[in-house]
Amino acid sequence: MYGFEYVAPETLDDALGLVREHGDDAKILAGGQSLIPILHYRLARPRVVIDINSLPLGDVTADDGRLRIGALVRYHELEESDTIARRCPVLAEAARLIGNVRVRTLGTVGGSLAHADPAAELPAVMTALDARLAVASASGRRTLAAREFFTGPLTTALTPGEIVTGVEIAAMAAHGWAVEEISRRAGDFAIVAVVALVRLDRLGRVDDARLAFGGVADRPVHAHAAEDALRGHEPTADVVARAAHVAREGLDPPSDAFVSGAYRRHVAGVLCRRALTRAVARALA
Amino acid sequence: MIARLVLNGRPREVDVRPNQTLLELLRDTLGIFDVKEGCDEGVCGVCTVLLDGRPASSCLVLAAGLRGRAVTTLRGLERNGGLHPLQEAFIRHGAVQCGFCTPGFVVAVADLLEKDANPSPATVREALSGNLCRCTGYQKILDAVHLAATRRRAGS
Repeated sequence: MYGFEYVAPETLDDALGLVREHGDDAKILAGGQSLIPILHYRLARPRVVIDINSLPLGDVTADDGRLRIGALVRYHELEESDTIARRCPVLAEAARLIGNVRVRTLGTVGGSLAHADPAAELPAVMTALDARLAVASASGRRTLAAREFFTGPLTTALTPGEIVTGVEIAAMAAHGWAVEEISRRAGDFAIVAVVALVRLDRLGRVDDARLAFGGVADRPVHAHAAEDALRGHEPTADVVARAAHVAREGLDPPSDAFVSGAYRRHVAGVLCRRALTRAVARALA
Repeated sequence: MIARLVLNGRPREVDVRPNQTLLELLRDTLGIFDVKEGCDEGVCGVCTVLLDGRPASSCLVLAAGLRGRAVTTLRGLERNGGLHPLQEAFIRHGAVQCGFCTPGFVVAVADLLEKDANPSPATVREALSGNLCRCTGYQKILDAVHLAATRRRAGS
């Protein structure tokens, strides 16, 4: 990799000052599982690398119906945290599908979201959950809906000088969940990933459904028409299949060197049906 | 700049370049050759080390950011100067051909057995899915893991 200056601020204010000072000349280092390969490939040539791993952004907390996950929470912590398992188990299931065990040791929630790979798991999960991202800059703080945060491949609504500090998820009452994906090789980014959450009312009808895809567009896709096809209905195999069909019909995935758009679309429908079926089974359990 | 780490149990302070990876620190600066260099993108697993007890790709860690963390390489697993039981199991089952991937596998398996003393075949495959071997076809490695786990549970 090319040479660069390395700085490791100890406080968020120091980090934000450095981000403002260096602007486009700087890259932020969190878990490094995407950035370091990019540097090895010389796809980026930052003058400064700002290592934010000393910042106090590594907590998972739950209160007043909201789950807050710091930007520096590692994927393996999503897999192992009792709070996550209780409050938002879909995150643990999604985390297990990320990369390999070494990626999960170091990779961070904030890094995945800011990197915004359209086939990554966490952006799709946050889109399904309608999470809000907390971001900060030297001039202030704000939150952004995940559904508006991802604006294209590796592109987000972050403005210059802003970094992701965490994510907030509104609690969802008892629900079923599932994440399904396929990839060409173990550990690869998904060809298609789908995240499903289903909550049933006392009569066994769907009163809340959340559905999002990764890998099928230049950003995560929120499948709201398919959610509407589920709401108010008893989630029979036919209803689930129809919702999966609606979801698939709403997609127009790109082709790449390995997979055609038509294949991706077909697989999206199949995985959607499987994910919904599993989420419903869990909601009934 | 100075990188601080505890390497195989021994505190070290080493002068490094800002863009030097842990892998480069281990091999090029410290001459620790039981860590191999493969893909440099975290996919092949030959540079696997334990970072504070968890597996990590040393090619994807900046040495400057170590901040005193514990780094364990294959050599750090050896006991009393002898082979680790995992190494013995790998030899017993012929799970070594060219040997290039072996240190990364042994470190990854050591981590797995620490977390799960009796892993199912599916768990073993998942845990090792990030380590590539182009010689053995993996079965002998899986056999070695099974043997090592069995012996470990028997306390031998």
